[in-house]
Amino acid sequence: MTTFSQRMPLVAESVGGDSPRPRARRLPAAHLGLVPFAGYVAIFLVLPTVLAVITGLFDKAGHLTIDNFTALGDPVILETFWNSTWLSALTAAVGAVAGAAVCYALLGIPAQHPIRSTVDALAGVLAQFGGVMLAFVFIAAMGRSSVLVHWLSGLGIDLYASSNWLYELPGLILPYVYFQLPLMVITFAPALEAIKPQWAEANLTLGGNRWTFWRRIALPVLAPSFAASFLLLFANSFSAYATAAALASQGSQIVPLQIRAALTSETVLGRENLAGALAFGMIAVMALVMTCYALIQRRAERWRA
Amino acid sequence: MSQASFYPHPAVRTAIAVVVGAFVLLPLAATVEFTLRDGDTGHSFVHWAAIFDPTKAAAYKPIWVGLTNSLTLMLVTVAVVLFLLAPTMILVNLRFPKLRRTFEFVALLPVSLPAIVLVVGLTPIYLVIGRTVGTGAWTLAFAYGITVLPFAYRSIQASIDAVNLVTLAEAARSLGAGWLTVVRRVLAPNLRGGLMAASLIAVAVVLGEFTIASLLNRQNLQTALVLVNRQDSYVSVIFSLMALLFCFVLLLLIGRTGSIGARGKDR
Repeated sequence: MTTFSQRMPLVAESVGGDSPRPRARRLPAAHLGLVPFAGYVAIFLVLPTVLAVITGLFDKAGHLTIDNFTALGDPVILETFWNSTWLSALTAAVGAVAGAAVCYALLGIPAQHPIRSTVDALAGVLAQFGGVMLAFVFIAAMGRSSVLVHWLSGLGIDLYASSNWLYELPGLILPYVYFQLPLMVITFAPALEAIKPQWAEANLTLGGNRWTFWRRIALPVLAPSFAASFLLLFANSFSAYATAAALASQGSQIVPLQIRAALTSETVLGRENLAGALAFGMIAVMALVMTCYALIQRRAERWRA
Repeated sequence: MSQASFYPHPAVRTAIAVVVGAFVLLPLAATVEFTLRDGDTGHSFVHWAAIFDPTKAAAYKPIWVGLTNSLTLMLVTVAVVLFLLAPTMILVNLRFPKLRRTFEFVALLPVSLPAIVLVVGLTPIYLVIGRTVGTGAWTLAFAYGITVLPFAYRSIQASIDAVNLVTLAEAARSLGAGWLTVVRRVLAPNLRGGLMAASLIAVAVVLGEFTIASLLNRQNLQTALVLVNRQDSYVSVIFSLMALLFCFVLLLLIGRTGSIGARGKDR
């Protein structure tokens, strides 16, 4: 069997004369060029993903079990998934609306204008500015010893009267919006810029006004892009870990923090390899969100020429 | 009514700029005020000067170690982008156009893979790496190469789409250039914008990375900031502000090289 396939190139060479020879020789070399990157992706992307999904299927002794996955139905775990979901949905909604407003305000400012390049760079850096540094900034800006708290107490308002909210779940809302808003500016701006002045002219020619332009033309065209950006923002905050890790002083109110607890203590709910099951749950949510994103995005791109 | 009838009214523009600008800039201003505090009411640069105070050098040592590790990680990650990702993308675009869709899917996959999930799968892999290659912080660059992949891919692909790769390569080949010369002296200079943007984004991402380093017990700038923050919150806030400023300047540079504009038109 192998001799036949090995002989094939030889036959081609002898029949085809001199030209196919270098081509037939170079082809395997070109394939070899793909090997380093393929190997890298296999070890550091595919293998970790597979491991993250299947470790939940085994107990500590290495026996196959679905025990960890039944833990996903535990009230504590369900609550953390619910917390992650509403936190992500809320901050994505606020970020999407505010970010779209910024994109609207930027309409008509030419791409080379300094305002434009400054906003672009600022949005780029702030969208990446999740992480522990963002937590530090918010603790310095509105923590117990901040100017804000100082001023408000001068007015007789105590921000921390009822609870230590900045270090609990509600404290994540403002920092999350802080990186969602710039991400919205980055992802939604191209959609808004794709609105053509000719559409406005056509609207006028047909007797429409400003209101009919937005109501009948721009909003229907922009809706898929807006929905796609919202889903991207949702996925963004759903997967965020570092800000919460640095801010939330105790407890594991969202899924990434629950994974940290499972990774570091190994005894959450008395189950081994729970981190794997939680990771699987996160991948399932992310896969659903990103599939919807890809479908809507394909529809949104219909209007971009 | 002009053709630009759907542009916002100047008053609306200003209102949005003021509200969003306040939300973005006030926390930063309050943070700067925090770092300038001196005693209960005064303000001075005492906490900024303390960074280089020899009596505090021991307390701040983790930051310098972390910063050095992060700089090494940036170098190795940029090397992964420039010497592993970029040549493979050139190869795929020149010789295997049918693989382009698959390649794009793989390159964008990390977007939907949270870092915390990646850590769960990377833990056993880095146990093996720790036993064979060592536990040096630089080994994290392999994982960072994956987190950077979608951003780097987009920048480089935008550059590739903007030039005719096949014609360039064929012209150089017909003039007698070997493949190494083609890539180094013909293709790389033409893709400079995208390669530059990909490298700068890699630097920005590596500088801010915390999740993977912290859970795999490696020290980088972010884990050091968390460590030092427990005793001295001023210095970690100062370094956060400086990192933010550094990334802002980096991204302004990317904007100047024009690849953000190219990406904006593309997407």
